[in-house]
Amino acid sequence: MTRLRLGLTLLALMALAASVAPWAQQWLGTDPFAPDLFARYAEPSAEHPLGADELGRDLLLRLLYGARVSLGVGLAAALAASVLGTALGVLAAWKGGWVDAVLMRLADGLLALPALPILVLLAAMDPAKLGLPRGDAMVDMLRIVVILVVFGWVGVARLARAGALSLLATDYVRAARALGVTEARLLWRHVLPGLAAPVAVACALAVAGAILTESVLSFLGLGIQPPTPSWGNMLANAQEAVFAAPLAALWPGLAILIAIVGCALVADGVARRGQ
Amino acid sequence: MAGALNLLLWRLPQIALTLVLLSLAAWFAIGLMPGDPVSLAMISDPRLTPADIERLRALHGLDQPLIERYLAWAGGLLRGEFGYSRLFAQPVWRVLWPALLSTLALVGSAVLLAATLGVALGALAALRPRAAPLVDAVALLAQAVPAFWLGILLIILFAVNLGWLPAGGAPDAGQSALPFLVLPVVTIAFGQMAAYARHAAAALSAELSRPHITSARARGAGERRLIWRHALPNAAVPLLTLLALDAGSLVSGALVTETVFARPGMGKLLYDAVMGNDYNLALLALLLVALVTMLATLLADLAQRWIDPRLGER
Repeated sequence: MTRLRLGLTLLALMALAASVAPWAQQWLGTDPFAPDLFARYAEPSAEHPLGADELGRDLLLRLLYGARVSLGVGLAAALAASVLGTALGVLAAWKGGWVDAVLMRLADGLLALPALPILVLLAAMDPAKLGLPRGDAMVDMLRIVVILVVFGWVGVARLARAGALSLLATDYVRAARALGVTEARLLWRHVLPGLAAPVAVACALAVAGAILTESVLSFLGLGIQPPTPSWGNMLANAQEAVFAAPLAALWPGLAILIAIVGCALVADGVARRGQ
Repeated sequence: MAGALNLLLWRLPQIALTLVLLSLAAWFAIGLMPGDPVSLAMISDPRLTPADIERLRALHGLDQPLIERYLAWAGGLLRGEFGYSRLFAQPVWRVLWPALLSTLALVGSAVLLAATLGVALGALAALRPRAAPLVDAVALLAQAVPAFWLGILLIILFAVNLGWLPAGGAPDAGQSALPFLVLPVVTIAFGQMAAYARHAAAALSAELSRPHITSARARGAGERRLIWRHALPNAAVPLLTLLALDAGSLVSGALVTETVFARPGMGKLLYDAVMGNDYNLALLALLLVALVTMLATLLADLAQRWIDPRLGER
């Protein structure tokens, strides 16, 4: 219980920090998107509480705006992956036969593959060839979410399938069937609620995974493109400045670390509560 | 051994099929990447006329539909023609082979270190319940630290501030490779360690409460012998499963770590190839990485059956 509460508190604090970004900007009176070459690698001061990056942009504000991007992408990707994974997992368990076989072999195949090299390849695709505008922050985020979901549904689907299989074999499901409950209602009312706990655990872990993967892709220059800040692309800039401003590398990584610890604690807490 | 043969017969075609599907998917993904060779030639030589460009596209077959180009390329692969890397101006295999060896050395040392540290931590948690929360916290931290961030921090501490180790790159001829290996290995191993610690702790404490341990203890076996001789071999089975499941994430970790440390290897090669529009190299690097990963998984599965023959009977 304490783990769950601690994890939720951490995540709530992060969400709060992300939501106050515009007010912090007003209060500090600096623009985190516009270069200010006089303030390159500025030391922490009243104007720049955490200092400034290689273009003189305020690190604290970029961290706060980056939280919106990183948490937003993480949540969106994990929710989409959880919905898709639950649907496919339940479908596989309910249908059985070749549907089950095809879906699970597909999941095995995706799990066996090294994800990141493939993601790097996918992330380098040109959205313009699909008729989408290039360089738009929303399109960037959507692209990353889609790429993360392609790999993210697998873990949820396996858990959902295993859970649904055991639920479908329970006496109350057989009793409901015998009473003439339609299959759709059976799945919706009697199977899905029983999957809530395992899917919640998988979803919390998926949020952590998505935040981490987004930061890696952005770090490699394939995710969210500057000037939009994300924790990952802030670190890419910071690595080039390990001599000039070693502290600039500290904060974004710490933010990622706290977000992931929060998700892991929530997942752990929910799992223990279920036992 | 019949079980192992069965496994091979079932898995090898599956691996081949996965590679075919992956190469097909990657081929189409690459078709959507910016810039084909002719548009690059266009940038470097402004005197090319549209008619020249049409001619060049036709000459290199770039005017054909994607699927026909794929079939031609795949046919070449099956005949052993791997083609050239445009980025390195060398045959692809001559670029891939040293990179593969370098990555295997990196990942192999990292797994060894991660498993050793992880099992030690897990054993500590299983044997000294009071240390368990501490081990738990370390595992949570290790799992949550982004590898590329850890790499940067290690560079700042050990290369920039202390100057003990090189910040990255590869050894020159005659230089020892070891100092260049330390930081990347630690970076990968730290993240991997978490899962080993958790699983080792769970498996060992489950094993230690089983009757054969009690009976061995009653016959006067020392605690050390109990752990190493009686508990650990059984507890090793889930650890091997973990190794099998983690082969993919190890390669992913190698990509990030090699990029951070500018260390030549498969991951960095793939990244550079994608960034440099070297399609042929990127595709073959991806397929090779996938093949090695799947073979490693298969190997771990075989080792698991060798340790626990009951697994083959199911």
